[in-house]
Amino acid sequence: MLTYAWIIPALPALSFVLILAVGKRLPKGGSEIGLATLAVCFVLAVGVGVGWVQRVNSPPKVDEAALTARSLAGQETTPSGERRVAPAGEAGAGALPGGARTGEGAAPGGEGSPAGAGAGEGGAGQGEAGTAEAAPVPAVVRTVTWFQSGGVRFTAGTMVDGLSAMMLVLVSLISLLVHVYSTDYVAGDRRYTHYFAFLSLFTASMLMFVLTQSTLQLIVGWELVGLCSFALIGHWWEEKPNSNAALKAFITNRVGDIGLIVGMIVLYFAAGRSFDIIRINSMANAGQIRHLLLLVASVSLIAAVMSKSGQFILHTWLPDAMAGPTPVSALIHAATMVVAGIYMVARLYPVFFRGLSIGTANINLLAVVGAVTLVFGALLAFVQSDIKKVLAYSTVSQLGYMVMALGVGGWTAALFHLVTHAFFKACLFLGAGSMSHACHHSFDMKKDYGGLRRRMPITFWTFMIGTGALVAIPPLSGFWSKDEILASANGLGGPGGYKIMLVMGIIGAFCTAGYMTRAVWYCFFGEPRGAAAEHPPRENGPRITVPLMVLAGITLVIGFVNVPTNGWFSWVPDGWALRFENYVQPRAAYFVSGGGFRQPVFTPWIAVVSTGAGLLGVLLAYLWFWRGLGPHGITARNRVARAGYRVLESRYGLDVLYTDWIVGSIKGPIARAAYWVNQKVLDGVVNGAGREAVKAGHFVYDRIDQGVVDTIVNGSGATAEGSGQILRKQQTGRVQTYGAYLFAGATVLAAIFVILAAN
Amino acid sequence: MKDLLNGWGLTAATFLPLVGAVVMMLLPKADEALHKVVALLTSSAVFAVVVALLANFDYDRTRVLQFGQNRSWISVINSRYIVGIDGISLPLLALTAFIVPLVIIYSWDHFPEPHNPKAFLILTLVLETGMVGTFVAQDLILFFVFFELVLLPMYFMIGVWGGEQRQYASIKFFLYTAFGSALMIVAFLSLYFLAKGPGGAPLHTFSMIELSRWQGAGLARVTGLVIFGGMFAGFGIKVPMFPFHTWLPDAHTQAPTQGSVILAAVLLKLGTYGFVRIAIPILPAAAREWAPWIGLLAVIGIIYGALGCLAQTDMKRMIAFSSVAHMGFVMLGIATLTSFGINAAIFGMVAHGLITGMLFFIAGSVKERYHTLEIRRLGGLLLQAPRMGWLLGFSAMASLGLPGLAGFWGEFPAILAAYQPAAGLNQNVFRVYMVVAALGTVFAAGYLLWLLQRVAFGVPTEEFVGEHVHDMHLTDYLAWAPMIALIVVLGVYPNLIFRITDGAVVQSVTALGR
Repeated sequence: MLTYAWIIPALPALSFVLILAVGKRLPKGGSEIGLATLAVCFVLAVGVGVGWVQRVNSPPKVDEAALTARSLAGQETTPSGERRVAPAGEAGAGALPGGARTGEGAAPGGEGSPAGAGAGEGGAGQGEAGTAEAAPVPAVVRTVTWFQSGGVRFTAGTMVDGLSAMMLVLVSLISLLVHVYSTDYVAGDRRYTHYFAFLSLFTASMLMFVLTQSTLQLIVGWELVGLCSFALIGHWWEEKPNSNAALKAFITNRVGDIGLIVGMIVLYFAAGRSFDIIRINSMANAGQIRHLLLLVASVSLIAAVMSKSGQFILHTWLPDAMAGPTPVSALIHAATMVVAGIYMVARLYPVFFRGLSIGTANINLLAVVGAVTLVFGALLAFVQSDIKKVLAYSTVSQLGYMVMALGVGGWTAALFHLVTHAFFKACLFLGAGSMSHACHHSFDMKKDYGGLRRRMPITFWTFMIGTGALVAIPPLSGFWSKDEILASANGLGGPGGYKIMLVMGIIGAFCTAGYMTRAVWYCFFGEPRGAAAEHPPRENGPRITVPLMVLAGITLVIGFVNVPTNGWFSWVPDGWALRFENYVQPRAAYFVSGGGFRQPVFTPWIAVVSTGAGLLGVLLAYLWFWRGLGPHGITARNRVARAGYRVLESRYGLDVLYTDWIVGSIKGPIARAAYWVNQKVLDGVVNGAGREAVKAGHFVYDRIDQGVVDTIVNGSGATAEGSGQILRKQQTGRVQTYGAYLFAGATVLAAIFVILAAN
Repeated sequence: MKDLLNGWGLTAATFLPLVGAVVMMLLPKADEALHKVVALLTSSAVFAVVVALLANFDYDRTRVLQFGQNRSWISVINSRYIVGIDGISLPLLALTAFIVPLVIIYSWDHFPEPHNPKAFLILTLVLETGMVGTFVAQDLILFFVFFELVLLPMYFMIGVWGGEQRQYASIKFFLYTAFGSALMIVAFLSLYFLAKGPGGAPLHTFSMIELSRWQGAGLARVTGLVIFGGMFAGFGIKVPMFPFHTWLPDAHTQAPTQGSVILAAVLLKLGTYGFVRIAIPILPAAAREWAPWIGLLAVIGIIYGALGCLAQTDMKRMIAFSSVAHMGFVMLGIATLTSFGINAAIFGMVAHGLITGMLFFIAGSVKERYHTLEIRRLGGLLLQAPRMGWLLGFSAMASLGLPGLAGFWGEFPAILAAYQPAAGLNQNVFRVYMVVAALGTVFAAGYLLWLLQRVAFGVPTEEFVGEHVHDMHLTDYLAWAPMIALIVVLGVYPNLIFRITDGAVVQSVTALGR
């Protein structure tokens, strides 16, 4: 099964084509194709997941030393199992990792890399048991030739390991639920079929992206999900704000893509001209790439992470992206696409780990970006009145947690949070959609919601579960993952080097609790307002509520996949604790080991403090909204408070800076100036030369050569009459004349050249 | 079959269009349908010949000239009729043979004013001879003849069937390129006189094969630089490179749709092809000295072309300016003098031909429906003609270099190659170029999506609201579908081109290193 993982992205790609081709003629407008495909995909993904779990439980015996040596020594050929060139006719075997003929082979990814980073080293210090002494489990790689250039063959293919298997299950499950939800939510939409087509294309791209085996393929997937995001944000493109949001998303991401392209190019050359992820990682891990190169690559790639995963200062597109349909926001802009940046860092973790010296308590860019984002994003969520924007800024903030976790060395914590966040945030978004569906498609929770808890009990309870997880109330899923991030910030990176990140994380937890409680107040409590008051909303049908309940159910339990083993949890049997870490974190030479890489340990006081901070946030918000306590109206009275509110309301002024100043000046004065130069200067020279030549021509014509030229003009004039009606005698005459002059001149020049050269 | 192709394949591909043109000259002007059929049949026959060539091409030996012919031609200057194709010329030859029938199909029902299909189609066929000939010629004089042969039909096409400022545009196009050609022929003549054999005896040859073997050995440095400069003028203007590009927006904007498509798809490639085929292999040392400057002009062109696009108010003129930016990527790839870069450049030529050709087709159809291309007056194309709107979106995405479509494979590898240019070139300079070029991809997204937003999204302007706009015609489907398909196929499986070019490029780059 693991070698056939390419089928999983190929199916939705096929579904995209089918929906476009015949969707409109089908009774359900093509949604049935998408649904069926995703159901199959999900089953297959689970199959891959199970297959991987079995592989980890009983790792294959491979001659690792030989394989590793081949991967690191082969300079001119790709290191994986690829051995054949696919014939030209096999056009299908390209971006979609598939095709008829494949060279296949287990990847070289065993432990015992040349640096001698032994398996035991990773678990040194306060590391937990479970991973350290386990046997290596190489990824399952399958490749086909994609293209050749410079005599080197480049491959496309799939790479299945714990990380990609986990992402496969996550993406296909949430996509499936979103498909179900959408059949109701966008029913009767003006472009129902297109909507489902692009959902399919998105799913295909995302699945291909997470299965990627080479950095080049990663770029392809990265951009394709961006395209789908563009198309779906701008789904209702008749209205200008929507297409503006779509453009903003795409172009902001392109800015980050500069970093992606540059970073990947640096890595390509650093790894001895290879796009192969295993090779790049192994070499970075083994110290075979200069630190400077890794640093440059990491910093460049962080730019890409900032745009794709909505990190401060390139996050501005993400709230605007809420212009798209809500299920799209749940799927693309909360659960899957925006975590592409996190996934990319996780995939290439050795590069970042060595490049940024993460294990050594360096305050590094990744951690700083994450920490700043998680607080600044959370603050912005306080001043939104649009429920989706609250959730969008919350997503920004939560992605900040993940980036920070990666920055402090908590790989598992980041990925664990990615999973829990995907479920609870999808649940929240779909809940918001459910409310809006019942309230005249309004998302303004201040104006149109209120008192919905009795009207929409299922939405209310699932939303509360999602909120609880987001606020990190134990034992909901968010608690486990956020706690692991905070524990990572506390314990990793040398002697507590990331304490500042811990502080930021706790502040973030406090803010999260505050803004979510505020949102819950506006949505579910108080008196119905606006649309909710005019027409009493009703709970939606099962196609909307069932996905909500599924997501809420998962949110309740998913946190237990990575229960700690120590401290309060030492009673948990080994077979139950840290399952996520056990199965997802790669155990092979292409993953970090040694160099200060450790697992965080559960620290009771952090759990208590962060939960306390969350509860305090809930309490304060409760007092403010439910009891009406606190300095209400302070923004009107106090200048400092007002200024602060203004800063938040203007979103730190970044939109003005980008849209009005940077884009505005490029589109306006700079482009016009360039064009002025083009017309007046460059073209001026050309026209001037032409005019002077005409003058010279007239001079020659009038004074010297009249007879000869006359003949030519008359001759060509006669032919011109035959071919077209509008040709002017004079015009053809000119061309011929100048042609003659030019060739005469050329001859003279040639003579000069030859004479010069002969000397 | 194989023997026939070996002997006559390339000659047939080159001169069949001329035969067709002669036949059409003899037919009465009034019988338009007959002319269309003859033209289409002729170009299809050329396409069939090229397909046969493709089928019989030895893909394991792409670096060797195949289907070669070497006959005496103008013996007094030892210029010979040498034709042949290798992996570098094959994709461009195929592109030409592929595009021309589509252009004729597209013309079927809409000939631009003043109509006259006979003359228009004859010119198209003459143009095809010129283009095909340029790509198969292996003798400098033969090359030059075909290179120049292209000018005249295009001149008439713009000057007769063009827009309002056709006379200015056509004259500018003709004179500007002829000016470049003049310097180029000087360079060719100098090569003829200066090339010396191993023994010191003058070669007196125009054969590209022999000259590439000679590689400027024994030539004074400055002389080499100057001769390269002459070729640079000829090819660089044709590409066109910044700052010699000003003929292009005028020519493109004023040309009829068919002319614009051929200009974008094939004519611009004559210049870049000249660099890869002639200038660099014959004078590698001079090429190395010129490369940083070519690279500089290329990246300036990328940014400058994009800025020019942002300033445009006319859709067609904007697409024309985008060519300046795109050809910048191609030239950057060439300037790196690496196999990766030159492969990317050839891919970029084909991709740009298809994608920008497609954009011009769409612009032409928009013009036909709305009688204007002023962006301000357009909008809501997706509502009034959804298929055309989607295709505009598709082509815009392809043009901005979206992976999975053909444009990406011309852009990304070119940027990549700039990170580590050929030995002897200044790495730091090229790395700056790399970053600037990467920045150019953002601009590309900017202007193309902005165009898409203003033309396709939103609702129709008041002027056109409620007006019935015909979506695609049958001829549109027939002409566009193959291009769309090829853009996707090449994007998904780029090896279709890379494996053809790679052998030849590697060989020519290795030869540079000597």
